[in-house]
Amino acid sequence: MSAHTLTTANKPQSFSLADWWSRNQRKVIPYIFLAPFLLSFVIFTVYPAGVSLFLSFQRTRGFQQAEQGGGVVLEYKGWANYERLLTKDKRFREAMINGAEFWLGTLLVQMPLALAVALALNSPNIRFRILGRLAFFAPYITSAVVVGWIFRFVYDQNFGWMNSALAQLGIEGPAWIRDANLVMPSLIILGLWTWVGFNSLFFLAGLQNVPDDLKEAARIDGASTVRVFWHITIPFLRPVFVFVVVTGGIGSFSLFSQPYLLLDFPNTGPFDSGLFPLMYLYDMGFLNIRMGYASAIGYILTVVILIITGMQLLLFRLWKV
Amino acid sequence: MFKRKGKSAMGASRVSVMTMNTIVLVGVLLCAIPFVYMISASFRREGDLYKLPVTVYPREWTMHNFHTLFEKTEYVRWYGNTIFTASIRTVLGVYLAALAGAAFAKYDFRFKRFFFFLVLATLTLPFHMLLIPLFLLMRDFGWVDNYLAIIVPGMVNVFNIFLMRQYIESVPDELMDAARIDGASEIGMFHRIILPLVRPALGVVGILTFVWTWNDFLWPLVVLHDDAKYLLSNGIATMDGPYEVETGAIMAGSFLATLPIIIVFLLMQRQIIAGLTQGAIRG
Repeated sequence: MSAHTLTTANKPQSFSLADWWSRNQRKVIPYIFLAPFLLSFVIFTVYPAGVSLFLSFQRTRGFQQAEQGGGVVLEYKGWANYERLLTKDKRFREAMINGAEFWLGTLLVQMPLALAVALALNSPNIRFRILGRLAFFAPYITSAVVVGWIFRFVYDQNFGWMNSALAQLGIEGPAWIRDANLVMPSLIILGLWTWVGFNSLFFLAGLQNVPDDLKEAARIDGASTVRVFWHITIPFLRPVFVFVVVTGGIGSFSLFSQPYLLLDFPNTGPFDSGLFPLMYLYDMGFLNIRMGYASAIGYILTVVILIITGMQLLLFRLWKV
Repeated sequence: MFKRKGKSAMGASRVSVMTMNTIVLVGVLLCAIPFVYMISASFRREGDLYKLPVTVYPREWTMHNFHTLFEKTEYVRWYGNTIFTASIRTVLGVYLAALAGAAFAKYDFRFKRFFFFLVLATLTLPFHMLLIPLFLLMRDFGWVDNYLAIIVPGMVNVFNIFLMRQYIESVPDELMDAARIDGASEIGMFHRIILPLVRPALGVVGILTFVWTWNDFLWPLVVLHDDAKYLLSNGIATMDGPYEVETGAIMAGSFLATLPIIIVFLLMQRQIIAGLTQGAIRG
């Protein structure tokens, strides 16, 4: 790397340094431009990831006392943390299952809804297009803390708007977030509200990439609207489907703020029905101060998320146009 | 716009336009309801909120909740803290992302592909796996309850680098070569050619960073423990605890915290949506 000559040359004349710089700046400058990223990458990603990997094989004690100057006691335990998480820890298993359920639930309901909204917004002669985009996007940019609070009140059994609306239809509303069977549906509804509009924007962008003349040509050849939709529009939306599935998966396993507020953490819903992996990590690390165990949770979670990201490639390969 | 699409557009139009408009309208309503609840609850007394039958509008409008917010909690302080940290982080974040984006878009250098691979790899890694070790690092730095912990670790955001690289690629090479012949320095070109030409992109990346910092909850929860140092998200999240404030005040706080984000979005919606969807669709 030519940058080293700068430090090793060590010539007394200052003009030659300026000279060197003016000749070589184009070669050196990209490294300078990248320096903040690389520094930050090493200090705030590589190093902590290493520490975390190390800790995940330890049993840790004394982190609380360390605040007062005491020492941290580490005890090498091999794969014990991982083994315990994967085989014995029922709360962790519950959290992973909840993550998967939330993913499945949001996908099955969210993708069709988002596609429908996008199709509606994309059709000609639609009114309130701008109002629609605003309204559909607003939930996404609203703080998850605020969303969690609002829904906690909206789901209130006696005075919440959800049950008042149901009462109008003559249905007696359930206890929602206090009912073990309804915590997940409550969260999925919250998720729909937050993300349907957001995802529909991606579908909308995808729809605008579908070439009009292709659809037109198919219609002239006598293809029905349904066939055009199924054989032209849907394949063109393939990247959007894959994107929504993958980001939905990552989001589901790292759900935190919404259930935290909705269920009033450290409560996690009856029978942990609203416990998610990241909440469990936080609980173990910062409430129970078991840093090693929490680090192991972090690594398992990372592997799961990497697998989901890897699915992206798999989905693309399986679903060839 | 003017080429009509054969018969189907005319024939099916009336019913389908009705259906499509209905879908949009119902969607808009459903999206609006929780916001309506929030705003309506902000202007009610607690007795009014917990009284049957439930009403959409307050029976009696009151500013009581805002008084509670300002007098019984540190809300104003949290608001200032959030504006302060989010602004600094946004300015630094945009600048550093533009620097890295320019390196990837406009220069050839050794290890370029490897460095870009690092960007992509970080993009797929969930930040949360680093929650524990990053907290320990902050503690070693003495940054707990210090805004450096909010500003510095996430300052160089790889998603922003990725976006900036895409935008900066559109800056013509000829322009930069001409400037080089005229004796411009590389740093000077970055400030006088690249940055002005990608100004809309700076806006998008800036707003996304600002909104993200404004709304972030988990990381501030981990590194800020002193309630005078809280950001809005921590403050609002804990309002039922030490402050024992009521539903109405919590909703008033939420309302005031959401307002600037919605206004910014109203002003910049086209650019924000373009910025968000751009990177993703390529898959």
